Amino acid sequence: MGNKILEVENLSKVYSNAHRELTVLSDINFNIKEGEKFSIVGSSGSGKTTLLGLCAGLDNASTGTVKLNGITLNGLNEDERAKVRNAHVGFVFQNFQLLPTLTALENVMVPLELRGESNVRKRSLELLDRVGLADRHDHYPTQLSGGEQQRISIARAFSNSPKILFADEPTGNLDEETSQKIESLIFELNRELGTTLVMVTHDLELANKTDRILRLKGGQIIEENELTSTENA
Amino acid sequence: MHKPKKIPAKWYFKMAWRDARKSKSRLLLFISSITLGIAALVAINSFSSNLKDDINGQAKELLGADLELSSNDSSFHYSFLDTLSIEVSYENSFASMVFFPKNQQSRLVDVRSLKGDFPYYGKIETEPLEAENTFRDGSRKALVDKSVMIQYDIQTGDTIRVGLINFKVEGALLSTPSQSLGATLVAPAIYIPMDYLSATGLVQKGSRVNYSKFYRINDLPENFDLDEQLRADRDTLRLLDIRTETVAERKEETGETFDNLADFLNLVAFVALLLGCVGVASAVHIYMKEKIKTVAILRCMGGKGIDAFLIFLIQMSTVGLIGSLIGALIGVFIQRVLPVIFQGFLPVDVTLSISWPSILGGIITGLFISVLFALAPLLSVRNTSPLITLRASEDQPSITKDRLIWMVYGSIFLFVVSFAFVQIGNLRDSLYFTLFVLLAFVFLGLVAKLFMWAVRRFFPTNAGYIWRQGLANLYRPNNQTLVLIASIGLGTALITTLYFIQTLLINEVEVTTDNDRPNLMVFDIQTYQKDQVAELARSNGLPILQQVPVVTMRIQSINGYDLETIIADSTSERRTSPYRREWRVTYRDSLIASETIARGSLGFPEDMEGKSDLPPVSLENDYASRNNIELGDTIVWDVQGFPIETVLGSTRTIDWERVQTNFLALFPTGVLEQAPQFHVLITRVSDKEAGALFQREVVKNFPSVSVIDIGLILDTLDEILDKIAFVIRFMALFSIITGLLVLISSVILSKFQRIRESVLLRTMGGSKRQILLINSLEYFCLGSMASISGILLALVGSWGLAFYTFDSTFAPNLLPILVVFVSITGITIVIGLLNSRGILDKPPLEVLRNEI
Repeated sequence: MGNKILEVENLSKVYSNAHRELTVLSDINFNIKEGEKFSIVGSSGSGKTTLLGLCAGLDNASTGTVKLNGITLNGLNEDERAKVRNAHVGFVFQNFQLLPTLTALENVMVPLELRGESNVRKRSLELLDRVGLADRHDHYPTQLSGGEQQRISIARAFSNSPKILFADEPTGNLDEETSQKIESLIFELNRELGTTLVMVTHDLELANKTDRILRLKGGQIIEENELTSTENA
Repeated sequence: MHKPKKIPAKWYFKMAWRDARKSKSRLLLFISSITLGIAALVAINSFSSNLKDDINGQAKELLGADLELSSNDSSFHYSFLDTLSIEVSYENSFASMVFFPKNQQSRLVDVRSLKGDFPYYGKIETEPLEAENTFRDGSRKALVDKSVMIQYDIQTGDTIRVGLINFKVEGALLSTPSQSLGATLVAPAIYIPMDYLSATGLVQKGSRVNYSKFYRINDLPENFDLDEQLRADRDTLRLLDIRTETVAERKEETGETFDNLADFLNLVAFVALLLGCVGVASAVHIYMKEKIKTVAILRCMGGKGIDAFLIFLIQMSTVGLIGSLIGALIGVFIQRVLPVIFQGFLPVDVTLSISWPSILGGIITGLFISVLFALAPLLSVRNTSPLITLRASEDQPSITKDRLIWMVYGSIFLFVVSFAFVQIGNLRDSLYFTLFVLLAFVFLGLVAKLFMWAVRRFFPTNAGYIWRQGLANLYRPNNQTLVLIASIGLGTALITTLYFIQTLLINEVEVTTDNDRPNLMVFDIQTYQKDQVAELARSNGLPILQQVPVVTMRIQSINGYDLETIIADSTSERRTSPYRREWRVTYRDSLIASETIARGSLGFPEDMEGKSDLPPVSLENDYASRNNIELGDTIVWDVQGFPIETVLGSTRTIDWERVQTNFLALFPTGVLEQAPQFHVLITRVSDKEAGALFQREVVKNFPSVSVIDIGLILDTLDEILDKIAFVIRFMALFSIITGLLVLISSVILSKFQRIRESVLLRTMGGSKRQILLINSLEYFCLGSMASISGILLALVGSWGLAFYTFDSTFAPNLLPILVVFVSITGITIVIGLLNSRGILDKPPLEVLRNEI
């Protein structure tokens, strides 16, 4: 761990409509170093998913800046941000978000194909094998259980060798046993590939397995803890 | 950091296929929208192309000669033809009665006495085949129109009497060159040898005979243009009262008639295509709404907006191409059916052949339409936010600021105007039509919004759950109420308008057979026969409804200008047609029921300076206006050699649809009583036997007198109109079926949104009955709002078309309106429930697995 991979400065997000303004995030400041495991926790409505979206370049901030791997996301248009995501970012979603009309293998191949890479099938099969689903490569998402879909999603997230992995409640829709397996898989792959992990969760037990926890309430940081190695073992 | 490469083009095709393979049923519905419209276009264009080729190829057979000259003067002569080597045939034709001794019946026919080898090209088609030649062997033989032979049960070998002499029927006349459908309706043709014409006693001084000469020109010099020569001699020919027709003119005239037919057919195809366009737009709109999540995921992973756009553009283009190919194939089959549909209306034998330009044109049109009408919903996905992956409720960016989408809308507007212009041929009408369609969309959109607002605002919150859920579905987030009401409503509007206009056009040409109206007209009665014919009618128990004198005359001059002066003055804008026609005029001092005074007054004018002692005549108002003849103008008439100077004292508006002796020109009494004249008697017969008996007596006692049985003509006209109505309805079927397909596909495509809701309700314990009722209610509201809106639009559109385009009165019936409302609403509910049935009979999870 060394260089900063994510820098957030004075970040705010305000939604306006005809009747009023809603401040979802207010004056957020933090940095994440390369290789760190970082979690954002808070109750529902605390702004954690909004913060994740802003950090990943999925949304525009109202004020403040986000720098991802040295690239300032503010001022980039959507296509430029997409390019950044394809190059540096992996995603794991609570609802898996697999492309329903593609097979498991095709889902894993897409990020590499978006890069213009050819001969991606072999690498994708290897990743599927790594998550234990090589024999299900030609199945569609509807033919897979929740846990299996999430494993495909993880394989897809790592297919483009991202620098940073954003996970939004990755075990939110899974039972406890499956959740454990998914957590283990994420952390293992993270360790193997040296990826920075940014995870949004309301599960404190999961959060405690990361290196740092950022606690949000009412759109503001109320606490930032660095966990010792014994705490997140 | 990995440097990204350009995405290879084949990846887009790969992704388009990957996505499409699980969406085949949806895409099939998309295809169905344009297939029938393209099929109609290809069939009609191919048929028209074949017909044009055949008219060109068989042009000489259309006329039967290189040149036809005709006149009412038996001694007419065109001296230019003396310089050429020619063969000439003669035909003298006139209307007269023919008597059938076999069954003692008679009928008005067009007697054509023939001398020479006409037709020089093509043939007179007869049954048996050889009758065309054998009837010219010098003996007293006749060819009789086949429909007359059937009507009067006449066989080959039977006898007919024409005037004073009998002829043997040599064969049935099937078709000849120079025969028009309209003429055969009133007086079908019979051919007799010209050598026996005078023996019939029918051609006397004053008889209305058309003298025709048909020429085959054997040694026309190379590069000599006969039409050009005739144009150069036009003035001379007019003065000599000689009418001409060449092969080129006949070809043009025939072509024009069938151009009008083709235009009508293309209009029908255009309506079917327009409906298809609506289907494409609504299908793609609904389809792309379901793909938003897919696009958002792609964007998360680094896909650009253009990448998603290209993937789905490839899908839509491919599907559009497949639909167009299928449509073209169906069109080729339908092309074979069209000659059968139009049998009886075609002047040439149609040779069916594949028209590759028509097929290619149809495919390109189908592809173009698919892409154009899919573009707007496709372009909107470019701006899909990847945030939807995190938050499904994230709003889609507004399209109002997207310039490209507005350019697409502009292109669609231009396309519809252009296509309408190609069909209608009038830019103003095309613009009005397109604006009407645009306003229709706006109206339907407003109806949808207003309905949703009203339900939210006014529906009682304490109503039963079924009602609340069913109506709440109409305004749920991502509802398709607006799209469905727009597509179903517009489809309903177009189909209903087509039906109303079709009915209006058919009614326009229907002649009413009122029980009190005259149905028998006796004409060519000489003055000395007048009283006897009237007495004959009375003795047969027939009322004399009208008995009018008719004097034949020509116009010598109007305000001092005669025909020669006008022709000699190249700058003159005066029309020559009043001088060139043979006028049939009557005289009386009062109006009849079908006339009203438009300008001036009957009787001697008081305020016409220096002209108050001239007899005042009255002209039909439109005729006078067209020919710039004003009140106070002096008209000198040539009444069979005797000039009579008159003044135009009034004009009349005439109701031509009434069966009465209506005249373009009317003289006062006291002027023409001593002029050579014939008389017309109008009566009414109560049944066919009485009519036949009277006709028989007339023909027996007065061979030169003719009788028109209007009832018989109306029966024949009804048969022809039935055929025309069938043709119109057959072609309209394309539009109606397309409209139904658009409706069905819109409803089916929207089902996927309801699946999860229905499954959720089922999971929570909702019964099949409850869910079906909820869905029925939603579909009932959608169907009824759409059909009512569509019917309102159709009523406005039909009124506009009737008033501005067809100059007619639009009076809709309630029954078709109710039928449309019940049908459209019913179909919407039935399709909707069929959608739901599949969901409710299976376990919820199985449904979710099967439906992506």
